[in-house]
Order: sequence, then C-alpha cells, then structure tokens
Amino acid sequence: MMGEIEVLQPGLFSTIQDYGRMGFQKYGVPLSGAMDTYAAKTANLVLRNKVSDAVLEITQMGPKLKFHQPAKIAIAGADLSPRVEGRAVAQNSVVKINSGEVLSFGRRKIGCRAYLAVKGGFKTESIFESRSWYEGITTYFKLEKGLKLAFEANEKEKAEINAGLKPLQDYIRSGEIEVYPGPEYDVLCDAQKLLLEKTEYGIGKNNNRMAIQLAEPLVNELDAIITGPVLPGTVQLTPSGKMIVLMKDAQTTGGYPRILQLSEKGMNALAQKVMGDRIKFKLRPY
Amino acid sequence: MNQEFPKIKPMGERAILVQFEPEISEVMLQKVLFYKDKTEVFYDEVKVEVINTYNSLLINYESYIEDVYGEVSALEKLFKNANIAETAEARLFKLPVCYSSKLGPDMELISSEKKMEPEEIIRLHSEAIYTVYFAGFLPGFLYLGGLDEKLHFPRKNEPRLKIEKGAVGIGGKQTGIYPKSSPGGWQIIGNCPVPVFVKNKLPPIEISAGDKIKFYPVSEAEFEKISEEINTGKFNLKAEKYDG
Repeated sequence: MMGEIEVLQPGLFSTIQDYGRMGFQKYGVPLSGAMDTYAAKTANLVLRNKVSDAVLEITQMGPKLKFHQPAKIAIAGADLSPRVEGRAVAQNSVVKINSGEVLSFGRRKIGCRAYLAVKGGFKTESIFESRSWYEGITTYFKLEKGLKLAFEANEKEKAEINAGLKPLQDYIRSGEIEVYPGPEYDVLCDAQKLLLEKTEYGIGKNNNRMAIQLAEPLVNELDAIITGPVLPGTVQLTPSGKMIVLMKDAQTTGGYPRILQLSEKGMNALAQKVMGDRIKFKLRPY
Repeated sequence: MNQEFPKIKPMGERAILVQFEPEISEVMLQKVLFYKDKTEVFYDEVKVEVINTYNSLLINYESYIEDVYGEVSALEKLFKNANIAETAEARLFKLPVCYSSKLGPDMELISSEKKMEPEEIIRLHSEAIYTVYFAGFLPGFLYLGGLDEKLHFPRKNEPRLKIEKGAVGIGGKQTGIYPKSSPGGWQIIGNCPVPVFVKNKLPPIEISAGDKIKFYPVSEAEFEKISEEINTGKFNLKAEKYDG
C-alpha cells in the first residue's frame, strides 16, 4: 500500500535523492544524488532499507511534514532538531509515526544536510533510472507546500533496531576535506601546492547542490583548458583565483583547470558545511 | 605515437581520465571515438560509462576502483596495441531553424556589427555542415564544430536571464541549440522546434558524437506547423547517410 506525506511547510530547500543517475552523463545529464552519501546510507540502514532507496535531503531549515499513514522513519546527517508532534526525536534511530502526526524541525545544531528515510523508501517518480530531483529532468526540483510524497507503507513489516550500526558523526563537524590531485594539479607551482595544503579556506556564500565556492582565492596565471570532463568533487580554479568545488548537480564538462578531486569522504564532509565554516584540504596520493 | 600521450590517470575513486594531445579537430575526434568504442568493448562485462570530450575520455565506474594501477596499465596496453581503423560511417541530421526576428532577437545586432545582411548570416549558418563533438553544459546541449569564421561573434557581457528552449545561438567560435530554457550569454539568431533531448526516452538524444548536423531555414508558419507535429507525435527526426 502506498502512504502519503504531505508538505505543510517546505522549509529552506529539500529534495528527494538517491544514488543519482549513473550512465546519463554522456547526454549532459548531471549525476545528482545525495550530497552526503554516508548520511543518506545511514538513514536507510537504520531502517534496514536498501541503501539505494530514495531519501529526503533537508538543507539547514527543515520542512513540516504530515504523515497520512503510519510510518517508521530515521534521520541521519546534520542535526536540525527533529520533532514529532513537538517531542524531540533521536537521530540515527527508528522513529514510529502515527497516522496524522506531524514531523517538524527546529534549530540547526550541527551540519548542513539531514537525511530523512522512511521504511520502504520514497516512491516518487523515477526518470532515467533515478528518483533524484533535478530541474528540467524531474517534475519537482524542491519541496513545495501542498506536495504529497508517496512512500511504501507496510504496517506489518517490522523495523527492528539495527543495533550493529554505529554511525560516524565526527566528519560532520570536522574541517578536514580529503582530496586527490586533479588532472591539472601538476601545472601548479610548488608555492601554490603548499598554499593549498596549508591554508584554511572559508565556505563562500555561493554554495548549493551544483557547486560550493571557497571564499579565499588562489592567485594563479593558469591557462584555460580545452573543455573536458568534470565530476562531482572536481575543484576548478578560475583565472580570478576562485576555487569552485563541483557538487552532485554539477554540469558534466568544464573549461577551468581541475586542480583537485575530492574523495567521496571529502564530499560527504564538505556537504555538511555551511557558509563561513572553515575547511582544510588533506591531500592524499592515489 | 607520441610518448607522452595518451595520459591515463585516475580522477577520484571511481573514474579514470584518458587525455590525448590538446587539440580540437575532426581527426582528434575520430581518434577519441575510436578509443571510446574500444574501451566500451573492453569493459563489456563491467558496468562503466565512457564519456568523450574534444580530446579526452572519462571512464566512470559504478563503484570504487579496487586496483587502480592494474586498471590503468590494462588501459595503457589496450591503447598501445591499437591501430586506428577506418572512420566510422557518419549520419547527417537535418534540423529546421526559424531565423525570424521574433525567435532570433540578436540577429539585428550581429547584422549591424558585422555589416552583413540577415539573409547572408542565415545562408552561412544553414549551409555549413556541423560536426557533433559531445554533449555537456546542459542535458542535451551538443558541442558543435564547423561554424563559419565570418559568423564568429562574442557572447553577451551580461547573460540573459532566460533563453527559450530550442534557441539557436552563437557564442564566440561556437554555435548550438539550447535544449531547455535557461540563463545564457549566447547571441540568439533563431529557434529549432525539434527537441534534440527528450526526457525519459532511451536514448534521450538520437544524435551522437561524430554525427553531422545541417540546419535548414523555415518560415514562422512552418515553425508552427512543425511544433504542432511534434506535440502530436507526428514528426520524426530522420538520419541520412553522410558521405562527406
């Protein structure tokens, strides 16, 4: 049976995400998918869902959601003070919700993105083998008031607590971002390479699912490259010195030098940072 | 073969980047596409996606590459022993474009700056045969080569907030079609009613890298007629054989 969750208030910016649209980048379609894959996976594993089940990615200020059927949910990632009918609920654990109850969020305690999984998974539309929302591909690209989200409601199914699970939390707060050298890393001079590893960079105000810009520049005189492939996690360096970290909704090709490439761990940590947070790159060899 | 190229390096934990000599040309495209085919055959059993650009291939793996150096040396061996075969047969797609002033708001600007009649611009733009290099920038945006030098024209300093779906534009040395409405800095000279990218169709783009495109001018009335045929599913984009 399908259940329904109604959006009473959309909050700042929330989207349905799964692992993304692998195999469609050759058509220019962004990968998309959860920004912090670790937290999305954790929320699913707590409920013993499939790790690839679609979850709701909630950015900084959460929505108000009314459940029209009973459900079991789990929330992982950023702590945005989740409440059911006003009572606080724990992160990383199974929470039972009765029909008619409202899930809401309060003050942001740590992190940037929380992940809401529902037992059975969200069953919104699937386009090109993925439910991940992206403007122009899916009908919706962010939560809107009055929208109803379908989920697989099966009351009989038991969601026992996944006791073996000990989710990591440190990375949410940590400013350490793991990176590999990017294709154009070798074009940098030694002084620039040193700066990249020694400098603490701030998260700029332009930060969203497409890209996160860093506040401090890296002065350079690098030439543009012939437009080539880029990936989520690619750090582009513009002629003005701006560093742009491409995230999950990034375009598939670009013409700026690609100096670094974040590891998946690095991307998860960066996805939990908000404007003004400080980060430091930790370079590791392949 | 140049010792230095192709450069084969990991790019993150689940991709390998292959870079050929830095040049944009049809010869390079044929080389890149030849190796793309070879790579796809090589990975027959493994789920990977191979993406090409002007002079690169990106091999995307579904999950972490366990033995990255093993993978790189297997690819090096694969590329070393290859002789580039005959060029694959290209297909030609003819696409209608309405170059009216309503659908091509920047035609007047280009015409006055270049001191060229709109008719001459339309002739040069629609007589050329364009080569499809790859898709990128937006879902379904095709990078095309072959714009007549006389039509090279800089992008706008301030991008437009909204460019219509199907808009045909010129940006520097390039020409292309906006597959969806979006902000953009290209100079818009017309509109193509045929959607190049169709959501939820497999494949979403009929035209692929190495194929050829030719535009043909249509009137506003014909533009409306074709749009109607597309809405009712009566229009079929057909490929012709291209013999150069």
